[in-house]
Amino acid sequence: MTPDPTRLHAHELARSLRAGEVTARELAAAHLDLAERQNRALNAWLSIDRDRALGDADGADRRLADARAKGPEAVNALHPLLGVPVALKDLVSLRGGQCTAGSRILEGYRAPFDAHITERLRDVGAVILGKTNMDEFAMGSSTEHSAFGPTANPWALDRVPGGSSGGSATAVAAFHTPLSIGTDTGGSIRQPAALTGIVGMKPTYGRVSRYGIVAFASSLDQIGPFARDARDAAVLLHAIAGRDERDSTSAPVPVPDELLHLPAGDDEAAAWLRGRRLGLPREYFVAGMEPGVEARVRESVASLESAGAIVEEVSLPHTDYGLATYYIVAPAEASANLARYDGIRFGPRLGDGDVLGNYLATRGRGFGAEVKRRIMLGTYALSAGYYDAYYLKAQKVRTLIKADFDALWAQGFDALVAPTSPTVAFPMGARMDDPVAMYLSDACTLPVNMAGLPGISVPAGLSDGLPVGLQFIGAPWSEPTLFRLARAHEAITADAAWRGLEPTDLGLADDPATPAPAERLAAARTALSDPALAR
Amino acid sequence: MATLSRADVVHVAHLARLGLDDAELARLEGQLNHILEQYAILAGLDTEGIPPTAQTIELENILRDDVVTASMPVADVLANAAEHDGAQIVVPAILGGDAE
Repeated sequence: MTPDPTRLHAHELARSLRAGEVTARELAAAHLDLAERQNRALNAWLSIDRDRALGDADGADRRLADARAKGPEAVNALHPLLGVPVALKDLVSLRGGQCTAGSRILEGYRAPFDAHITERLRDVGAVILGKTNMDEFAMGSSTEHSAFGPTANPWALDRVPGGSSGGSATAVAAFHTPLSIGTDTGGSIRQPAALTGIVGMKPTYGRVSRYGIVAFASSLDQIGPFARDARDAAVLLHAIAGRDERDSTSAPVPVPDELLHLPAGDDEAAAWLRGRRLGLPREYFVAGMEPGVEARVRESVASLESAGAIVEEVSLPHTDYGLATYYIVAPAEASANLARYDGIRFGPRLGDGDVLGNYLATRGRGFGAEVKRRIMLGTYALSAGYYDAYYLKAQKVRTLIKADFDALWAQGFDALVAPTSPTVAFPMGARMDDPVAMYLSDACTLPVNMAGLPGISVPAGLSDGLPVGLQFIGAPWSEPTLFRLARAHEAITADAAWRGLEPTDLGLADDPATPAPAERLAAARTALSDPALAR
Repeated sequence: MATLSRADVVHVAHLARLGLDDAELARLEGQLNHILEQYAILAGLDTEGIPPTAQTIELENILRDDVVTASMPVADVLANAAEHDGAQIVVPAILGGDAE
């Protein structure tokens, strides 16, 4: 009997497809079936496009058949993502499809063109299954700020999957797809990867073209991959990376083919660690970090050392300023980017009065609470009399944050190793009305965006039955080093008991009687607002 | 650092073109002030002589030839507009009009 294809990694699916053991249509159908069956309980997907996906899968099968007819060389030359399912965060344009960015203000909008990365994925023959849930305009760390209901964490359905790319993370963790795309402005790929126990990378600023992506904060946003292992994530990044004329911030830096050839064997992967110098930034063990998270991170660091890496404690002295700096720069840029949602060129138009009245109604009712909060913050920080005190000041502190990292690269460190998130997945509703507590979720990830660096989160075991993420941070353009570290960490922890575990609540996600995440969140908020009901 | 009064919140909401009701304004007043308190940490950091950073990668200006390429079909662009007449997007009058 053939194994369940949803449990296989992308590189295993590619091998099966080439060997003719399975067709792309069968793979797509198996993943679509699972996604459709569990989406009520998980709400990872905002749209699942079965017909288009199966059509694309048929196209991949034709390309496979053509190559087989030509011989083994042609089969070997096929792209490793040909026929492999992938999901897009619902802020990536897919021609003719919805692109809500998790917001009512884009309800009904149909993208009139493909994003650059969508074109790339179509070119290599990946099969796009659908679009995933997210915090509205990628503003959030829990996916609770989606206008279309929250996403549940498959490890505990009453907890958040992190955010803002929580739908993409849950879809991969729950085996609905081996690969997905997210975006990361302050941690929105790495933090949900950590909270759902998968691999997620935020590449160097400029590595991936953002043409066709809904913008949040333009000096910080970057697109990146989710996968269940380092090799798969590296192949997906390779497929989407590289210069694109339509995004002037995409850099003319070659994309290393090394990403396609990470070591398959554990011994080779682990051997690469010998003599590598890793910095352990002491400021990343922040106040409020859960002991179980710190324990798993320190265990991982010890195992990296045992395998031959040289780990030294280092300091990033301006880390404590990261949060305040980020929450000035990102909202300021967002307030400018989101000025385009005026109810005229796209999206619903509310109000029936003059232009100003329509703006106020469309934007006041079309945006959710968190988006309005950030637009207000950003507008204030940019307004006359406050620009120097807030925005300019934050940009200067940004220089200091970046200089902290630069000093370590100059000392010859190959990468830094740190926690991804100070906590495991938190209960739904717990931080909804306390923005500052929510923002603390990203204390260990957002300095990386401020400095434009690549970072990757990899699974590092469990604390109280919930996943813990380990983060590697690198110098600009050092993605191959980060993937080699991630692969080496997989190799040296390959025998750990937690490696074989599937998310705890997948059985519940299969049960049609399980409540939807929106019902859970509503119940949690009721309990929190009524002390008599709170535990 | 400064604190926001209710009048400030109303003013910023107007600048941002956000129509907010009284309950939202009250909630935002509290939340925004709480967030501004977090910003206070920056005031204590000496940034004299430090240049601002607006972008992090060393990119020179990138130029390309000025070549005409195909634009998106008009129908595709209009399809998402709340109101159009087949060739143009229709908007409420901005200047003059009966209401003035």
